[in-house]
Amino acid sequence: MARYEYRPFDYHKPPELSGTPARRRPVIIAGAGPVGLAAAIDLALHGVACVVLDDNNIVSRGSRAICWSKRTLEIFDRLGVGERMVAKGVTWKVGRLYHGEREVYSFDLLPEQGHKNPAFINLQQYYVEEYLVDRTREFPDLIDLRFKNKVIGVTQTADAARVDIETPDGRYALEADYLLACDGAHSPIRSMLGLTFRSRVFEEQFLITDIEMKADFPSERWFWFDPPFHNGQSALLHKQPDDIYRIDLQLPADADPETEKRLENVIPRIQAVVGERPFEIDWTSLYRFQCARIDRFVHGRVIFAGDSAHVVSPFGARGGNGGIQDVDNLAWKLAAVLQGQAPAGLIETYNEERVHGADENILNSSRATNFMTPKNGLEHMLRDEVLTLAGSLPFARRLVNSGRLSLPCSLAGFALQSDDDREMRGPMVPGAPCLDAPVRDAQGRTGWLLDHLGGDFILLSFGAPQSPRQDLRHLAIAPQPIAGVETLADDEGLVAERYGGRDGAAYLIRPDQHVAARFAQPTPEKIAQALARARGLEAA
Amino acid sequence: MSALTTDWNLGTSGDDVYAALVEAHEGLSDEDCRRLDVRLILMLANHIGDAGVICDALKRAREGL
Repeated sequence: MARYEYRPFDYHKPPELSGTPARRRPVIIAGAGPVGLAAAIDLALHGVACVVLDDNNIVSRGSRAICWSKRTLEIFDRLGVGERMVAKGVTWKVGRLYHGEREVYSFDLLPEQGHKNPAFINLQQYYVEEYLVDRTREFPDLIDLRFKNKVIGVTQTADAARVDIETPDGRYALEADYLLACDGAHSPIRSMLGLTFRSRVFEEQFLITDIEMKADFPSERWFWFDPPFHNGQSALLHKQPDDIYRIDLQLPADADPETEKRLENVIPRIQAVVGERPFEIDWTSLYRFQCARIDRFVHGRVIFAGDSAHVVSPFGARGGNGGIQDVDNLAWKLAAVLQGQAPAGLIETYNEERVHGADENILNSSRATNFMTPKNGLEHMLRDEVLTLAGSLPFARRLVNSGRLSLPCSLAGFALQSDDDREMRGPMVPGAPCLDAPVRDAQGRTGWLLDHLGGDFILLSFGAPQSPRQDLRHLAIAPQPIAGVETLADDEGLVAERYGGRDGAAYLIRPDQHVAARFAQPTPEKIAQALARARGLEAA
Repeated sequence: MSALTTDWNLGTSGDDVYAALVEAHEGLSDEDCRRLDVRLILMLANHIGDAGVICDALKRAREGL
């Protein structure tokens, strides 16, 4: 299998440098990583045009983010790229935990049956970026992707952001209604605005290596506490497509980064993990974990998303996945504001909801890192005895923390969601991300519920909807097609089971596939009120 | 007499409880850590209130020592 070929993207001289007057844009996105590209696609799906600026002209060097969660794949499906990612990625669901020589236990992440997407796939960030770039090419009128266009300055007024840009052909400036800073953990825009990360840096260093190797290792996540083959405290082995394996090795806090990065020092460490098998090193990186975020993600006309807004340690797959969920939350709101359907205050709910998401990710990630890197004798003993008990007592297994793998956070209790209807049952409370289930459409094709949700506000009714509204998409769950309404049959009964669906009940679902409200007995007034609230037209 | 619960019984608060245990020991000497643990054992034993359960737990805790 040939290793990934980095093909540079074409640079074009910006028209503004060839005499075309600069037009004000609805949105400028800084950064063509997974978050910036996903934002461009999501905005385009809402009909909003953007310019994407990137200082580079290739995809990510090295695999970097590799674990993409079920929720991210559902969002990628909505963006039209999920199936290609799943086809290429390594689907895995089994994790094995070792303590020294001993396998403590294994876990199976396989969710219940009846979901389109797996719990996780592993796919190198360079593939994710390549597939997203390919998708942006399908919106030539809406997405203007500009490589080797580096943001060197940002200023803003009450109603616009102005960006100074440097290219191989010189400098120019662009103005936009909003600037999305998706420019990564070292975000230059964050520095330009004088914003600081409130940070917790962990002492320990991690050596992250991708190797190419022919091996019959199963598609599993293997994690060692106190590995017998390595003098650090933890190690992780994870399989990626193209015979690439990710190996993370924790190094002592006082290890010298420059020494450790040298190939002659990396190779013996890898040999200790994989034994006699021949391998080649594809990429290596060394860093200290950091958990941090900025206080607010919205600063006037500049909005931060992804690593520019928050960073976490990698165990738990919460970096890339958290960033994609930022986009999922932001794009429809930004589009509604730009198209005059909602007041600018709707964007503030992105700040509230995703700061909450980031805090949840930071908490989980910090705790996993603490578990892996005990700071003192007592903490070390507590950790080791949890691992000892986990061999025989089931409860202790759930205390073992090698990364709580990314799950979507609930938005319950935030301003856009209505109070729950006490007559409704089941986990799909207002704020919950919608669960998938198999369905059959009116043409008899089998498919998935989530492929029919999202993009717009949708009223999902069990049975015929009461007095349909013109400004709302309606979707009915019923055994037979209902005239004038998109109908899905729930042959396996899983929609009804997961949504506590009873005849006449309805769910109001946000464009990002989260429940905004649910009603046992919907009335036009109740729906109108919940919709106004979810669109940000009404204060809570 | 009921049996010792060895299946998960901490709901969604497992990581909270673990973090609280770590935090409770922070800044204490080894000697004081042991005192804290002993007090904790006594309080939890009283809370459980079932000698059979406590003895079963003690037996399992001694395994391999």
